[in-house]
Amino acid sequence: MELRGKLLDVSNLKVSFYTYRGVVKALNGVELWMDSGERLGVVGETGCGKSVTSLAVMRLIEQPGEIQEGKIIFNGKNLVELSEEKMNNIRGVEMSMIFQEPRSSLNPVMKVGYQIGEAIAKSKKIKIKNTYPEVKDMLRLVGLDPERVINSYPHELSGGMSQRVMIGMGLATHPKLLIADEPTSALDVTIQAQILELLDELARKMGNAVMLITHDMGVVAEFCDKVLVMYAGNSVEYASTARLFEKPLHPYTGGLLQAVPRVGRTDELKAIKGTVPDLVNPPSGCRFHPRCPHAMDICKLERPPFVEIEPDHYVACYLFKGKNEVREDG
Amino acid sequence: MVETLIKIRDLKTYFPVKKSIFSKKLFVRAVDNVNMDVPKGSTFAVVGESGSGKTTLARTVLRLIEPTSGEIEFEGKDILGLRGKDLLEVRRNMQIVFQDPYNSLHPRKLIKNIIGEGMKIHFKISEIEIRDRIASVLKEVGLIDDHMYRYAHEFSGGQRQRIAFARAIVLKPKFIVLDEPTSALDVSVQAMVLKMLKEIKVQENLTYMFITHNLSLVDYIADKVAVMYVGEVVEMGDKTTIFKHPSHPYTDLLMASNPIPDPKFVREKRLMKGEIPSSINPPSGCRFHNRCPFADERCAREEPELREIKPGHLVRCHYPL
Repeated sequence: MELRGKLLDVSNLKVSFYTYRGVVKALNGVELWMDSGERLGVVGETGCGKSVTSLAVMRLIEQPGEIQEGKIIFNGKNLVELSEEKMNNIRGVEMSMIFQEPRSSLNPVMKVGYQIGEAIAKSKKIKIKNTYPEVKDMLRLVGLDPERVINSYPHELSGGMSQRVMIGMGLATHPKLLIADEPTSALDVTIQAQILELLDELARKMGNAVMLITHDMGVVAEFCDKVLVMYAGNSVEYASTARLFEKPLHPYTGGLLQAVPRVGRTDELKAIKGTVPDLVNPPSGCRFHPRCPHAMDICKLERPPFVEIEPDHYVACYLFKGKNEVREDG
Repeated sequence: MVETLIKIRDLKTYFPVKKSIFSKKLFVRAVDNVNMDVPKGSTFAVVGESGSGKTTLARTVLRLIEPTSGEIEFEGKDILGLRGKDLLEVRRNMQIVFQDPYNSLHPRKLIKNIIGEGMKIHFKISEIEIRDRIASVLKEVGLIDDHMYRYAHEFSGGQRQRIAFARAIVLKPKFIVLDEPTSALDVSVQAMVLKMLKEIKVQENLTYMFITHNLSLVDYIADKVAVMYVGEVVEMGDKTTIFKHPSHPYTDLLMASNPIPDPKFVREKRLMKGEIPSSINPPSGCRFHNRCPFADERCAREEPELREIKPGHLVRCHYPL
């Protein structure tokens, strides 16, 4: 089987959550891939499944959720089939994750240095107290004063500083992939710019790939090489950042780009009519069809396949005929 | 000459901080010496990062928080001394829409009662008239009259924000504070809500104070802009002037930090160093001097005045750009 991404290749990923309201089909066959050292932006609105995708890649989906189908090939291994023990040796070592709310993802009763040391100790199988020289290097690398911060508790740090600590913790083990789930949404714009600059600089230095989950098209345009657009649990479009902004193909991507206000733009914003569907009872066929201005009969019946329209530009939409169908597994 | 709807002079809102009974009394200077004229019919944007005092300013203007000192005039009348009936009338004219529509609507009241409550206080009209008015307001904000018999949890975020806005305009106010009205919404929904706000403003002859941290929204919706930093206004003027020629280094860097959704746009990398200082103990001199790339020792010593560098363009800086 040929992989589309050398580092990570997710295919037909389906995740459901069993709630009292019924089964929430959060991911409905997500396709996603990355090469080493690449920066992929995963964008979409609330409930599109971008965070669930990242959690599934980390194998952090917990009850009542479940990965039902699909493959997550990371570095040659299918993570879906790995035992929890083996997964523990990958998680936090070969791939790590940083979250949206840095202050609530740090342990409030442990000193910052100890928390970073834990990750290093685990990957190198040494004692935490022996990791401190490395912890100091890491803190310096993320732009903090190690002497001051190493013995601080998270409440003594500002939001921006906490996010720097999180990034330090994530990169301390030199992972191949760093997943950043809305790393700057809780921060002010000036601090956001600092953090993005830091992520950029460190990724260059350490050569790790970054999967950046965000809803902010501006952040994507500035940071990412490739973009995956998600809608209601499906991958709808994938292309290089330049291509996607220049020539979005999927009606949803186009709508999203036109809805974003920006400085220097005074024409009327075009909104996408309707709202994001309820995933307990998603629309049949293409999940975007009730909101799509170009919906055809077939859109209501069948889910469009995710196909390559032009080199390295994939779309799931019947408006476009692919060069060749994306692989049919099985 | 455009009429001024709201005139703010030397406004200060301080909050006391309790440290210990022996220490000196400390204050959070949330709003410090703000002067502002909001012209009638304008959309006046107040921009700033967290802790800049933009929300406190708006709430003080509405007298939801009492100021420490200063003056606020609404249509030429001082509102700080008002009581009873007069205050009630001013309150009707000044409404607010909050940031988070998930918390600002009562979960156990029908939409009809949420929107209608104000009318029972301010207007002497019958139940039927109230119902008709609610129906027409709901239509105006893009909902249907049947929605008045539902509860808030039955609506999406965008719809809830429309309801919150309906509650504000139902009393026929002249002035509405919009406190980050779209920051809890997705972009596609945000676009619709912004459009509605723009349309209704013209129909109802409203004046907006638009509080936000998002500069892109300001360019879309505002006529005038005030940029706040640690309780003070650092730059104020027409939107076009401020966006084309930002004169305060803070405004300039704030704009440089705003991500642009266009990969072809290559910016010079200019980052603001440091973090926002505390408003309990703001830096001496110019409050921005420790983060400013152009600061010298004069900035650390002497506090700059907010002065007019061009007609209608005010900047608080010794060395405007």
